[in-house]
Amino acid sequence: MPETPARPPLLELTIARCKEFLREPEAIFWVFAFPILLTMALGYAFREKAPDRIPVGVVDNAFAKQRHAALAKSPVLQPKIYPLEQGKEELRRGKLSLLVEGDATPVYRFDATRPDARTARVEVDDALQAAAGRRDVMTAREERVTEKGSRYIDFLVPGLLGMNLMGTGMWGIGFSVVNARLRKLLKRLVATPMRKSHYLLAQIFMRITFLVLEVGILIIFAWLVFGVRIRGSIALFALICLLGGMAFAGVGLLVASRAKTLEAVSGLMNLVMVPMWICSGVFFSYERFPDTVKPVIRALPLTALNDALRGVMNDGFAITQLAPQIATLIAWGVVSYLIGLKIFRWQ
Amino acid sequence: MTANGPAVSCRNLKKYYPDVKAVDGLDLLVERGECFGLLGPNGAGKTTTIEILEGLNTPDDGEVHILGMSWNEHGQELRERIGISLQETQFTDKLTVFETLRLFRSFYRDGRDPEVLLRELSLDEKRDSRNGKLSGGQKQRLAVACALVGKPDILFLDEPTTGLDPQSRLQLWEVVSRFREGGGTVLLTTHYMEEAERLCDRVAIVDHGHLIALGTPKELIAKLDAPHIIEFTSEPAIESDAFANIEGFHGATQRGGAWQLRVDSLAAAVPQVLGTIESRGAKLITLTTHAATLEDLFVAMTGRELRDA
Repeated sequence: MPETPARPPLLELTIARCKEFLREPEAIFWVFAFPILLTMALGYAFREKAPDRIPVGVVDNAFAKQRHAALAKSPVLQPKIYPLEQGKEELRRGKLSLLVEGDATPVYRFDATRPDARTARVEVDDALQAAAGRRDVMTAREERVTEKGSRYIDFLVPGLLGMNLMGTGMWGIGFSVVNARLRKLLKRLVATPMRKSHYLLAQIFMRITFLVLEVGILIIFAWLVFGVRIRGSIALFALICLLGGMAFAGVGLLVASRAKTLEAVSGLMNLVMVPMWICSGVFFSYERFPDTVKPVIRALPLTALNDALRGVMNDGFAITQLAPQIATLIAWGVVSYLIGLKIFRWQ
Repeated sequence: MTANGPAVSCRNLKKYYPDVKAVDGLDLLVERGECFGLLGPNGAGKTTTIEILEGLNTPDDGEVHILGMSWNEHGQELRERIGISLQETQFTDKLTVFETLRLFRSFYRDGRDPEVLLRELSLDEKRDSRNGKLSGGQKQRLAVACALVGKPDILFLDEPTTGLDPQSRLQLWEVVSRFREGGGTVLLTTHYMEEAERLCDRVAIVDHGHLIALGTPKELIAKLDAPHIIEFTSEPAIESDAFANIEGFHGATQRGGAWQLRVDSLAAAVPQVLGTIESRGAKLITLTTHAATLEDLFVAMTGRELRDA
């Protein structure tokens, strides 16, 4: 039998890690199937459709029928007649946005802090004024915007992609490293001439291998089902995904560098990831946060990744326009890898 | 590098933990080509000692030289030249036996062909099985295969057969013997006396981090001055002063209600023991005899048994 050809240790370690990953069915689900399911669910929930009609109440009195008829003509209102007390009750519970009371002079009862109530106020008044004989002095033409690249799904897909790259980078590396430490496999490995940096690099290379699949599947899915497109250069998009994957592989290593139990590493990973899920603009823009914390938010790796992904996918930005985000990602990857290697607990 | 000097030498080795002196001034010298056994009960400091020698732990004090080199200066070179099996390493469940061995092979400059090694360790039938599916004996043989795959000069085995069935134990002993035939040096820890007597040229018995006896198994047993052991129980138990007049009597140890007497000759001593029991008005319950072993030496020296000490 011919001798087994010797492969370089870094390659051998990377292959071993890839095989390990592929033989873990749960991991396959979380990395590949889960993001698609999430995109599907959110894409469906926020699909384009006519806005719901605003429910408004009309208090049952002599003017009720006439008012109901006037409001029913509005395309955005859904009027219903209630006895006074019941109408107030429905309003209090939020089932109605506005209640029309009063005799000859109508009284609008509504909560001015609710945006839908303010819309209802304008629409109701408009409808009743028109019914009472008001004439518009001019007519405006409407142009509705549903341009691709500016829909919620276009905002969402890059965010989910970023979140997925973060999650798989952290879990994929964190668990395997801590597990190997628990099994004393790390201790056994350092007793060989293996270079420690090779072990850690192999973890990162494994992530990059699967990143191609992970990103590809989600992007093709979003394109086929929702028509989400990459407006900028594909090469730049690939580079950003790669840098994002490496940044989170580095952070994953750092988080796993000292933890002795799976519970400890899970806790640490949540501590790192949850703030970014909330702050880094996965589901909604971080522009809503106060200006004072925005620089901190922008320094987070997930924010940099999400901004860069949106920049290249939705705005078609060039690499020069995304330089700050790219630099942030590289810094996170390099610094966390180096610190992780330095403080790594091998036994 | 082919530095001169013994395979392993350490002087005045010390490792103190907050609650225990794991190693307390240990001197060892293992010649090249020798099989050396480190024997002692659990907690004697065997594992701490062997891990210091393997470069996995650092001593608080003392000198260690492996193949004439020190861990501080020649760590990388030494890792190329030794093969180790830890007390409990669990290889990744998801990889196969062959994949694991091939991975370990890649770390070494020079090494054995994994396929050949698997055949030598009778693991070729399990070549494509996942590590998670192996029996205890197969896992241990894989661990030894990973230790051998780098063509080491010295093999360090920490309790290689603990918890294995007799068949698996025999298989491992054969592997160790074959490695020695090729000129390799072996340092192993065990708490099985039989294993030490069978495999080792020399044995060091350690207890509480101290060396308490050193020599070939035969020399050590000879230290008992008594080649035979009589073990008996009686109802009621009898006092220790009863044995003084027995011919060729060298000492007695009481354990769990049973007496162990060390004597020169069974033929002379057994009738006298029976006579003594009868004269004390007691009834004999059990009586066994055996040739003295390292276990008996340990009991004689510490008053405790190796396995449950």
